[in-house]
Amino acid sequence: MIRTLTLLLVCQLAGEICSRALGLPVPGPVIGLALLAAGAMIHARITGADTSEIEKTDLGVTASALLGSLGLLFVPAGVGIVQQLPLIGGYALAIFVALLVSTVLTLLVTVYVFIFVKRALAPGASRDGGA
Amino acid sequence: MTNPFSIWVYLSATPLLWLALTLVAWIVADAIARACGRHPLVNPVLIAIATMGAVLIATGTPYETYFQGAQFVHFLLGPATVAIAVPLVRHRTLVLANILPMAAALLAGAVTAVVSVVAVAAAFGVPREILVSLAPKSVTAGIAMAISENLGGRPALTAVLVITTGVMGAVIVTPLMNALKIRDYAARGFAVGLTSHGIGTARAFAVDEIAGTFAGIAMGLNGVATSLVVPLLLQWL
Repeated sequence: MIRTLTLLLVCQLAGEICSRALGLPVPGPVIGLALLAAGAMIHARITGADTSEIEKTDLGVTASALLGSLGLLFVPAGVGIVQQLPLIGGYALAIFVALLVSTVLTLLVTVYVFIFVKRALAPGASRDGGA
Repeated sequence: MTNPFSIWVYLSATPLLWLALTLVAWIVADAIARACGRHPLVNPVLIAIATMGAVLIATGTPYETYFQGAQFVHFLLGPATVAIAVPLVRHRTLVLANILPMAAALLAGAVTAVVSVVAVAAAFGVPREILVSLAPKSVTAGIAMAISENLGGRPALTAVLVITTGVMGAVIVTPLMNALKIRDYAARGFAVGLTSHGIGTARAFAVDEIAGTFAGIAMGLNGVATSLVVPLLLQWL
């Protein structure tokens, strides 16, 4: 647990350093994600480990624990609404409507573009595709 | 026996109390969501935020005091983002097979997310500072706050708008996709991760592991895409 948590933090740290040093618009944790994925793939190639079994490794267990409670991690920032609500005051309804319209529209555009391009690339397969 | 009020005065200023209460609020909220069969309307993030918000208001506790304890949970957002590498590696064949649909959906989705929210809010006469704070609302909190700050928005407001968008997407996605009879879980996951970052990803993982993996990828990619798109689009504002 400590070793794998350290591995995650070191990847994030390396990502943060890359992001700042090279002035990239890509945030540190996202670069850390890419580094860890590349590292795991190289490790599997060298040791001949089966990457479809990665969930069963120590790293897999730690990752599942974190991702299984991902929602919890947003609670502290979300509670900040008690502080921000008075500041948005009269615009609260307008902001709520704007967020709602944009959320529905973004979901629809993204899912249909994804499915449309997938079908266009696989002619003859007119099904929804079970993933 | 010490006066209970003096115990409260002591504890309410310590990180321990607010950290412990945040975790308890989450465990209870998650148990309620599970008891409701993970019904999309019973969102554990929303329940936990509402509970803690009510406790802070009822006790007159400043958010800064609360955050001193809750920051330890907040901090884990970074390592959790890195941890998405694990399902990504596990499903890499499926991910590589969908690379082009993902690229197209990313471009279309990232632009839609920014343009639609700014356009609707501007039509209501929302001032520029709030529009800038709204623009990056579909990406994960840390990235969105940085974008907002760089362009003259209010990072703390952006954080709240990000969470609101996250909860909205997580609540809407399952009924919406079911109503439209979309059964491609890679596409569904990608859409909710792009729209609603980590909260959407958490919802996707609760529904289907493939959906969760694609949601995690979309969250990461949109963090990058939005940091490029927002500065470009705000030039016309």
